[in-house]
Amino acid sequence: MVTITESKMEKLREDFPILSRRIHDKKLVYLDNSATTQKPKQVIDAITDYYTKYNSNVHRGLHKLSEEATVKFEEAHNKVAKFINSDSQELIFTKGTTESLNLLAYSLLTDLKKGDEILLTQMEHHSNLVPWQQLAKRFELNLKFIEIDKDGILNLENNPINNKTKIVSVAHTSNFLGTINPVKEIGKIAHENNALFVVDGAQSVPHMPVDVKDLDCDFLAFSAHKMLGPTGIGALYGKKELLEKMHPFNYGGDMILEVKFDDTKFNNLPWKFEAGTPNIAGAIGFGAAVDYLNKIGMENIKNHGLELTKHAMRRLNEVKNLEIYGPLRADRRGPLVSFNLINIHPHDTTSLLDDYGIAVRGGHHCAMPTMKLMNLVGSTRASFYFYNTKEEIDYLASTLDKVKGVFK
Amino acid sequence: MNEFMNQKMYMEHILDLYKNPLNFGILDNADFKERCFNPSCGDEVEIQVKLKDDKVDDVKFIGRGCAISVAAASLLTENIKGKLLNDINNLTREDMMELVGIEVGPARVKCITCSLVSLRDGIRSYLEGKNVRS
Repeated sequence: MVTITESKMEKLREDFPILSRRIHDKKLVYLDNSATTQKPKQVIDAITDYYTKYNSNVHRGLHKLSEEATVKFEEAHNKVAKFINSDSQELIFTKGTTESLNLLAYSLLTDLKKGDEILLTQMEHHSNLVPWQQLAKRFELNLKFIEIDKDGILNLENNPINNKTKIVSVAHTSNFLGTINPVKEIGKIAHENNALFVVDGAQSVPHMPVDVKDLDCDFLAFSAHKMLGPTGIGALYGKKELLEKMHPFNYGGDMILEVKFDDTKFNNLPWKFEAGTPNIAGAIGFGAAVDYLNKIGMENIKNHGLELTKHAMRRLNEVKNLEIYGPLRADRRGPLVSFNLINIHPHDTTSLLDDYGIAVRGGHHCAMPTMKLMNLVGSTRASFYFYNTKEEIDYLASTLDKVKGVFK
Repeated sequence: MNEFMNQKMYMEHILDLYKNPLNFGILDNADFKERCFNPSCGDEVEIQVKLKDDKVDDVKFIGRGCAISVAAASLLTENIKGKLLNDINNLTREDMMELVGIEVGPARVKCITCSLVSLRDGIRSYLEGKNVRS
């Protein structure tokens, strides 16, 4: 793979129309990529093309437009599947990571029995906690958690896995602490204990090469909009033999082969899990996003993210009265840094940064229990993508001094 | 001109109230108390009210929040002393903006109203007889 230089990365900014916007008469500095990334014109054009040239419903259409839409839709399926090295039968389109995890929880938990355990970590996003938690309550299952230390690293040596553990579900990268978890190792532990292994890849798939065969995970969930694609579409990967045994999550059109008044034969994979007219435009946009990422190369994106994170850790550490959460080493993190200015609420910090055109996120980042564990009400989070530059991070650091000035 | 529109919210009296809030602390023998949590940013305010003849005799709040929510809670608690519960119930978000002396956009409405929401919830529960003397 060719290594892309920093100047070439910066050139890519031209593909993103929004990045030339001005906010409060300042240059937009977009550092909220863990929430959602910006979209290149290639993705926007692919969606517009569908609506202007071949908008039609997919599957079973016998006219030209439907044929074209079906080809493009299935092509998108294949592209996304290939992106994580899965077979296209094993890749289900969903609304996003949240729906992928709900699909799993609903589909898997009905087969568990009272007293069975689900193992999560103390750093999960609400989307990888609440579905399991609520169904566990209903089916009288127990939730257990792998603990984190003060730097946001999992304590794997002391994990509560046992022969009652049926499912282990873990974030690959924490959206608040930034920690990259050793999912391969956790997967081995899960499988040694005959538990299914689920990976929440919302924050990892956009930022590093992720290969489901190499990870040997049973399921992987991720979202398009965090990797240049549109909102409202994401994916769930599952091993074929597992998906075949599982119950559908939604019932209706497109997920069937044959319907009688009193019984239904379900469609083949992956359609069995995609009831109703799918998000066709979203899928096509997702496919275009994957094309764009492949063109840059995920290894390049990962390396560039690490460079930016190293730079951010260094620059933010120089800001007085600022504390950073999560792993101390940049190479144990995804490209994001959560921090607080001492005695200034993250909401105030975030608001004041907005005056300078800087878009960051302030709040609990959908990780309330983790916040509580660390005795925080929230944090400000700067998160990066390949179109960000070291200059933008320098600007963030110098602007934080101005924020402190307001509270003097 | 939109320049520094957020910074304009951080007026001196708001920053002063953030650093030295009014009526901050625990009230012994409160007749009711209610907590409000603003999940969008983590503001947390608990208001405790002591009544005398259906009027607010004393009020305190505890919690953690942004400058706007802490200043708002300070000014609200100060404002309601001696008032009838029914009058307090009629306070609106516009009243809060007037009380605090700033206009806030949709992103900060929950900050400025967090204390009011907890107060109104507390009054409702109290009047319904659910909230027993602590």
